[in-house]
Amino acid sequence: MTDIDAIAVLQDPVRRRLYEYVAAQGREVGRNEAAEAVGVARTLAAHHLDRLTGAGLLESGSRRLTGRSGPGAGRPAKVYTRARVERSVSLPARDYRTAAELLAEAAEQAGLDAGLCVAARRRGESLRGAAAPCGGLDEAVELLAARGYEPHLEQGEGSETGQGAVVRMRNCPFHAVAERFPPLVCGMNLALLEGLIGTDGPVRARMDARPGECCVVVEASKNNEH
Amino acid sequence: MTEPAPGAHLAQLNVATLLHPFEDPRIAPFVEMLDPVNSAADGAPGFVWRLVEEGEGDATGLRPAGEDVIVNLSVWETREALWDFAYRSGHLEVMRRRREWFRRHVEAHLVLWWVPAGHLPTVGEALERLSDLRAHGPSPRAFTFASTYTAAEAARHLPAAVPSACP
Repeated sequence: MTDIDAIAVLQDPVRRRLYEYVAAQGREVGRNEAAEAVGVARTLAAHHLDRLTGAGLLESGSRRLTGRSGPGAGRPAKVYTRARVERSVSLPARDYRTAAELLAEAAEQAGLDAGLCVAARRRGESLRGAAAPCGGLDEAVELLAARGYEPHLEQGEGSETGQGAVVRMRNCPFHAVAERFPPLVCGMNLALLEGLIGTDGPVRARMDARPGECCVVVEASKNNEH
Repeated sequence: MTEPAPGAHLAQLNVATLLHPFEDPRIAPFVEMLDPVNSAADGAPGFVWRLVEEGEGDATGLRPAGEDVIVNLSVWETREALWDFAYRSGHLEVMRRRREWFRRHVEAHLVLWWVPAGHLPTVGEALERLSDLRAHGPSPRAFTFASTYTAAEAARHLPAAVPSACP
């Protein structure tokens, strides 16, 4: 299925809501859960989830949702996660990915990390415009969501007080280039977010890479009494 | 995700030329990160082995490639395990700041190659693989993250070049 056909599958509003729900969970989602979340019957949800899988937008597997195994544990249930492959459509055809990879390759070979980070920080600042540095984690979630990072708040150790809470991001908007030139592009991403969030406000961006996520987290600034 | 290749582990060597002596305060931020990052490596999924100097926690005191060149030699179960540690752990922060501490290498500074599981590569073997990569470009004998070969490809292409058992 071509990218444009795959994307067209999302035109159905129920299907689109199911896709967005599964994508936002960042884990395997069962049919019942997805149906309830979107407010449709289980059979309808199952139909649409399988259409999304057929289009390559979701991946399906099976798992015993009870956590039990062996005889009597019940039949494995079908579960869905977002497919890792990315889809994009440009009309007319444009190929910014190749341009980005070539520029990154040249920057890597020439050791232009510092210059790239300066440009990225400046871009982040200009995206922020005249606004004050980001005022809190909820505001950071909004800012990052608008830029496609798929942020979510993760409670820390002292979850009652909100202490240690961080914003983590499920999506790296620069994924393909970041995979090929990690220190260069992840450094650029951090600098961009430092510019966007601000470096002297109540929250700050910091590198804390984990498998499968964006390399940056946003957390309360230390030594800051806001 | 690829499954671990039965009987094969991925070895990696990288070399880094210090901009200042190791004891220089400008290198201190790097030195401070060594212990936490090395502990993270030891506990990382798919980690098999890393070179350490006898009686030390790391290999920064060994300078087999030159007085100002530190080496990092390790073995992993899969390419993905090594990639995730290198670029999706606290190690990424070290990589991001590499230009503050290390000279930019014009030649390749990282080399990957497959070894039989259980074989611990020697520094000499590792430096030979790096020379091979520098001289001939990526091949099943010596490659990079950007141009990877599987253990099966390596075995198919160089039946005679499989390194001998542990010294």
